[in-house]
Formats: sequence, C-alpha cells, structure tokens
Amino acid sequence: MNELVEHGNPQNWYLVLSTILFSIGVMGVLFRRNGLIILMCVELMLNSVNLLLVSFSAYSGNTEGQVFVFFIMVVAAAEVAVGLALLVSIYRNLASTDINILSKLKW
Amino acid sequence: MNTIIYTSVLGFFCMIAEIFNFRKLIVPVLVLGLAVIFGLNLNDWNSNQAFFNNMVKVDNFSVAFGGLAIFVTLLVFILSTDFYAEDQNHLSDYMSILTFVLVGALMMFSYANLTMLFLGIETLSIALYVMAGSKRFDVRSNEAGFKYFLMGSFASCFLLFGIALIYGSTGTFDIAKITEYTIQNQQNISPLFYTGMVMVVFAMLFKVSAAPFHFWAPDVYEGSPALVTAYMSTLVKIAAFGAFYKLMSATFFYTSWKAEIILNAAAILTLAVGNLMALAQTNFKRLLAYSGISHAGYLMLIIISAKNQPAGALFYYSLAYSLSTLAAFAIAIPIFKAAGSEEISAFNGLAKKKPLAAAAMSMAMLGLAGIPPFAGFLGKYYIFTEALQSGFFYTTLTAIFASMIGVYYYFKVILAMYGKPANEVEMGNSFNYNLVLWLCIALSLFFGLYPAPILNIF
Repeated sequence: MNELVEHGNPQNWYLVLSTILFSIGVMGVLFRRNGLIILMCVELMLNSVNLLLVSFSAYSGNTEGQVFVFFIMVVAAAEVAVGLALLVSIYRNLASTDINILSKLKW
Repeated sequence: MNTIIYTSVLGFFCMIAEIFNFRKLIVPVLVLGLAVIFGLNLNDWNSNQAFFNNMVKVDNFSVAFGGLAIFVTLLVFILSTDFYAEDQNHLSDYMSILTFVLVGALMMFSYANLTMLFLGIETLSIALYVMAGSKRFDVRSNEAGFKYFLMGSFASCFLLFGIALIYGSTGTFDIAKITEYTIQNQQNISPLFYTGMVMVVFAMLFKVSAAPFHFWAPDVYEGSPALVTAYMSTLVKIAAFGAFYKLMSATFFYTSWKAEIILNAAAILTLAVGNLMALAQTNFKRLLAYSGISHAGYLMLIIISAKNQPAGALFYYSLAYSLSTLAAFAIAIPIFKAAGSEEISAFNGLAKKKPLAAAAMSMAMLGLAGIPPFAGFLGKYYIFTEALQSGFFYTTLTAIFASMIGVYYYFKVILAMYGKPANEVEMGNSFNYNLVLWLCIALSLFFGLYPAPILNIF
C-alpha cells in the first residue's frame, strides 16, 4: 500500500480511498442484518464507484467517466426506490426489517 | 435500435392504456405489437449499423438473439392472459414491467459500450426485482423479491467497480477500443485491467446464475409467481448469456490462461452443483431452477470456447432450452393453479386424467434432459464438440457425466405422472396454454430434426 502511494501519482490516493469505501460497503452487506442498513451499504458501494470514475476521468482528461456517473446516479435512485418498496411490503407482512426472518425459502 | 425504441413505446402504451380504461386491449396489442417488432427486427439482418457514437451496434448477433428474446416474450404474454385473469387491476403494471424487461434484454444483445451493458443489465434487473416481489401479500414472493434485489444490486456494484477499473486502465468504455488497447499493450497490460475484468466476469457469472454465485436462483425462482419464473428462466438467462458471450468474444481477457482457469472452474462447479442439488428437490419450480443452473453450466462451455467458435451453438442451445422450459411451464402453471401446490406431487397420476398433457410434459422433460429427437440433444452435442475442439477435455467430460445425472431428475416428473396414483385435482382446458405448449413442442422437434438453418445462422 505504501509503495503504491509513494511512487505513484495522486490518482492512487483516490483508488485507495474508493477501494476502502467499497470494502466497507461489502462488509456492511455481508454482516449487517437490517434491511435498511444493507440498502445504505449498497449505496455506499455505488458512490465509491462514482468517486473512482470521477477521479479517473479528471486524471485522464476524458469526460466519458463523468457522464457515466450520471447514469449510475439515476440507476441508483431507481434501485433504491424498488428496494425500499420491497422492504415496506415485507414490513407490512412481517412487521420487521430484519432479514433473518426471510427464511421461508431454503435449499 | 428501432427494435429497442418500439418495444419501449409498447411498454409506455401499457401504462397509458390503464388511464384510458383500455385494459382489455393490453394483451392483444402487446402480442400484435411484438409480432410486428419481430418482423422489423428481422429486417435489420445483415445491416450492421452503429448508433449514438457507437453506443449501440446492430449486427447479426443482436438481431438473432433479439428475435429469440421477442419470440419468448410473445409466448409468455400469450400465457399471461389466463395467468392474470383474476388480477385484472394490476394487469397494466405487470405487462409494462415485463415489456421493459425485454427492453433491457435487447440492450444487452446490442451494446457496443460498457455504459449500455450496465444500463441494459439494470433495466432488466430492476424490472425483475419488482416482478419477483409482485405478489405483495405473499411472504414468499416478498422474500424472493428482496433476496433478488439485494444480491442483484450487490453484483451490479461489482460490475460497476470492474467497469471503473477497466476505464481507469484503458481510458474508454468502448468495447472496440478496449480490444484495441489490449492488442497494442499485450506485454504490459495494467493490473487494474485484470482486476476490473475479473470483477466484471464475477458479476456476469452472478447474472447467469453460475456457481459459486448461484444461491439466489433457487430461492427467487421458487418464491416468484410462476409466470415470472418462466420468464426469468428463459429470457433472462438468454439475455445474460448473450451479453456474457459478447463480452468474452470481444475483449482480450479470454486469451489469458488465468481467465481460462476461472471460467473452467466455474463451469465445472456449476455443472456439479446444479445437477447434484436438483436430485434432492421436491418442488417443481426449484427443480427447474437447479435445472436452469445446470444448463448455465453447459452454456459456460460455449463461453470458455468463445474465442474460436461462432455463436451458432449458443443460439441453438438457448432456443432449445427456452422452448422446452416454456412448454414445461405451459403445463405446470394450470396444474399449480388447480392443485394449489407447486410440488412435483401435484403431477401425480396426470397420465390417467390428461394423457395428452402428460405426454407433452414428458416431451418437454426429455427435451431438457437432451434425449433425441428433441433440439436439446443436438444442442448438447454441438456444445460438447466445440468444447472438445477448443481443448477443454476435462470440462467436457464433467458435462457429459452431469447430463447423465440430469436424466434422473427429469424422469422423476415423468414417473410421478405415469407411476403414481391420481390425486383429486380437476384442471380446466385453456386454449392459450395449449397453443404455447404445442407450438414449443413442435418447434423443438422441428429444430431437433433440421438443425442446420439455426446452427449456421451466423
């Protein structure tokens, strides 16, 4: 990690930061059991990708990456809308957002 | 390109039809419209156009797979009139969302830019999350929808991170330019590119439900409404494999031996897991889910030999698989409805009550198992020869053993129909189900006997 940062260009700092953010998101999805927090962690992963794309785009002077970020934002909004709707219907049926109760379907 | 636009227009029509109280018109207009779009799509054959600064490219691959996707959707829509007969209030929502799934699939066949790949996958997936959870008061459907949503968006994040890394190393999202980059810099490809490619491949393996990323498939298939399961196991699988094949045949990644190891391991694992787990299933939808996973394993053989084989075998196999699966669902859906259960035991003694339906179900199962003269047999045969020609001996051997195991669990359904005493279930006769059923079986037989026109399509 040190070598990457010392010898490289400032771009690597962004790479490291967004990788850390992405990993936090992955850990959150894997280990938290509350549906809402998992949704937040998915958002964190998406935003770390946004950060990475913008930094790559600024570094290489190519705007394609920044346009892609808009697409990701739109899709993330749609995804959260659907996710929250599903979570609400689960909450109405089971009165909980803990995903451990989702165990009707097994093997 | 026109295909995508017209299909989106059809989707919007469904939403607006609700406002103007044209509910009765929705399905007929959709079926007619899709038939017209099918013809327009064939019109683009050999045209090879690019749109929107090379974002979308219409070539023979996208026309052929798009045609297949439209055809499958058409058959599912014909089934939907009876399936949603009691749920007319939400008909326009369901139909428009199902149409947007098709739009996503068409985008996945014709992308020439990673942006379009991402948008296609998301259009398809987000619509499907909704449909998987569309039985709002059924906890199982809720669970299926939310599980699919969580795992699907998790995989999409990996896809995006991979795309971002590829962009960082190559400076472009354009598939053709990425290929150029990899050919020019063969000796010093940045490790970022490889990391990105691995993440994209993992995300695609998730979308095609290949092991070790298959866990969502059985749960989602079982919990979703049966019609959505039929749609998922045919159209979505074809779309994911079309996009995967296009990615693997266009990028440099597959020529590296490390990629071959990943894909081979995934193929072998998928074949083993899919077939072995299917042996233990008692639920019909879950059985078809594991059967879908094992078919994903066979299709993985085409992906690993994508560099030197044309897509003909992939197209033929997708066609054979979706025809047999749709035929199976066309019989199973009315039986599920009549029996109120989705277990294999719902088929007990079907042969005595409905000999014709039982015979058709047996033919669908034999087609899935790959017994001649159905198209499934030749599909497997061509896949195995292609994989052997590309030198993947052990993977092909596994696939052959896997298909022998496969025969056993497909025969479980046939045995239930012919060997077990009949239950008290009374099922009606529906023209739409029978139409789809016999069309699928007839086409499966036809293409099994005359494979040449489909196989040499490219």
